[in-house]
Amino acid sequence: MDLALIPNGAQRCSLKRFLPWMLVWSLVVAWGLVSAFLCFYKGLNQTNMNHYFAFGLWIVFDLSLIALGAGTFFTGFLTHIMGKDELKAIMNPAVVIGFICYSAAIAVLVVDIGQPLRGWFIFWHANVHSMLTEVSFCITAYLGVLTIEYLALIFSNRKLNEIREFTIFGNNLQHMMAFFAAAGTFLSFFHQGSLGGMFGVLFARPFAFREGFLIWPWTFFLFILSSIAAGPSFTLLCVWITQRVTGKELVKRKVFDMLGKISGWLLGSYMILKILDTISWAYGVVPRAGLSFRDFYEGPYGIWLMIAEIGIFGIIPAIILISPRLRKKNGLLIIGALMNIIGIVLNRFAFTIQTLTIPVMPFDAFMSYFPTWQEWGIALSAVGYGILLFSLSYRYLPLFPQEAELNPVKVLGKAVTDSGLVQKR
Amino acid sequence: MKNQEHTKATRYGMAIDLDKCTGCGVCVIACASENNVPVMYDESDKTRNISWMQVYILTNGSQFPHTKVIYIPRPCMQCDNPPCVPVCPATATRKDPNTGIVSQIYARCVGCRYCMAACPYHARDFNWFDPHFPEGTDRYLSPEVSPRTRGVVEKCTFCHHRLMRARTRAYREGRRDLREDEYIPACAQACPAKAITFGDLNNPGHTVSRLIKSPYVFRLLGRLGTEPKVYYISSEDWVRRMADNYLPGEFKGRG
Repeated sequence: MDLALIPNGAQRCSLKRFLPWMLVWSLVVAWGLVSAFLCFYKGLNQTNMNHYFAFGLWIVFDLSLIALGAGTFFTGFLTHIMGKDELKAIMNPAVVIGFICYSAAIAVLVVDIGQPLRGWFIFWHANVHSMLTEVSFCITAYLGVLTIEYLALIFSNRKLNEIREFTIFGNNLQHMMAFFAAAGTFLSFFHQGSLGGMFGVLFARPFAFREGFLIWPWTFFLFILSSIAAGPSFTLLCVWITQRVTGKELVKRKVFDMLGKISGWLLGSYMILKILDTISWAYGVVPRAGLSFRDFYEGPYGIWLMIAEIGIFGIIPAIILISPRLRKKNGLLIIGALMNIIGIVLNRFAFTIQTLTIPVMPFDAFMSYFPTWQEWGIALSAVGYGILLFSLSYRYLPLFPQEAELNPVKVLGKAVTDSGLVQKR
Repeated sequence: MKNQEHTKATRYGMAIDLDKCTGCGVCVIACASENNVPVMYDESDKTRNISWMQVYILTNGSQFPHTKVIYIPRPCMQCDNPPCVPVCPATATRKDPNTGIVSQIYARCVGCRYCMAACPYHARDFNWFDPHFPEGTDRYLSPEVSPRTRGVVEKCTFCHHRLMRARTRAYREGRRDLREDEYIPACAQACPAKAITFGDLNNPGHTVSRLIKSPYVFRLLGRLGTEPKVYYISSEDWVRRMADNYLPGEFKGRG
């Protein structure tokens, strides 16, 4: 029924198989929409957040989504600015993943703020000293860049491509990709950093506070580095999952290898700096606040969390991904990428939740928090939305330029190799 | 010359004598009724209720008969270096350079709660619910203080509206300066034990500026650099020890 929309030279499953798949994820999104409605209608009392847990699951999700979405700008930077042509094979899915991550993060943020209708006040009454202002400006602007990049991709749909105006517009956008990649890199650099800066500047929260360079705490730089380490891994993992789900090879193995290698070296560098940062924090900020390192690792968020973040999900994936021998094995490459992602999510969890959990006043109580079904609904609906949009994009857009070459389709006994990309005139 | 003038600007602050505080809670009630603080569905939920002034109960941890108990009333610390002000993305909170009072602009607050994450004293409350005033109590609402809506952060303002009232009166009488007793927050006025003293910390004529020179004076989490303008006084070493974090051997008591 929708054959006319499917890219040239690509084979897709029947609508009968596709629609139930979409229905499952639509239900997850519906769960999120109901939760969002309740939060808008009744207020944030629908969550389990409180005065102690001013931030909860949503902010952990947001920070993670934005870190994982960094694969887009970094792949764009490497492809269009550094000239790594091999990565062109992964650029389109990276754009879709980035668009999903950022649009979902902003949607979740809209629910998270107590007065969503006043969201624009951040731009109108902007406080230039606030890291959150920088985050808001850069994320919004970057979502604009991603929308343009995604639009260029949408215009390459077989049917839309038949409309001359769309083709010309799409072509022009494709020609300007280097500019958008540069703009994306600039904006991402600042908002990834500012997200780290948001926590690093909390000088009255010794767990998060960091010294730094000029106005930027060390977390500013660590968040940038960790996001560009995890982003390519996430892109790799998403494409690998797509390959598993569709049962097709979509990208050549050497592209995976390159993504793994980039992730590995960046993660390795990040780990060295993170360990140095932790040591300098433990011997600087912590004793100055009259605390000892152990004070931060009591209760449920014990030292295991740090061991998990830096040791298990930091150093081990770095070794796997750096070593050409290890990452040559498919299983290890995927495990390495997955562990890398888990490590970065743990880092964002620690900065969001552990910062708030640890009592600063000596007589303060330790509080625990568990999200409500509404909070889970909104967070998981971001995942559902991502899968929906990625599935639609995969089905109707020529996401993988190598797909036709790797999976030749025969029409009337003749192999079709045109994958339906925007045709250059 | 300009700098000298700046240091002489009014810095309103408070000294709370914990040796005098009986923990009666009148300051909490006075604050709530003065500032139109709503009543929550469950006021026993101290993690979500609105309480600009909160009273902490501390014990020295010793067994009877050596047990000692004190109460720490905790308004907003009105920090000289407030961690909450620079983080607000919408400039909804600011420190008045002329009074040192940290204010909250409710109509501008977007409810992101970043300021709450920044404040280690839990002095900021978020309105998780619609404000509720049980029948009859709405007639006691103060017209001088705007009630807050759901989804915004609020906090103690040192009863800023009383300052405005006092200033208006002084202006009518042709005066620039306020007398010490002309502007006092509701908690300080209501305290039956006179444990709370309020005034200009920079004015040597004000009692509070003398009290904060006491050897028994301390501030909550003074080491973090927030520079609170709420001072506490206690002759008990264990109380002063509990006001901040110390590594072994760091705290020097006064015996």
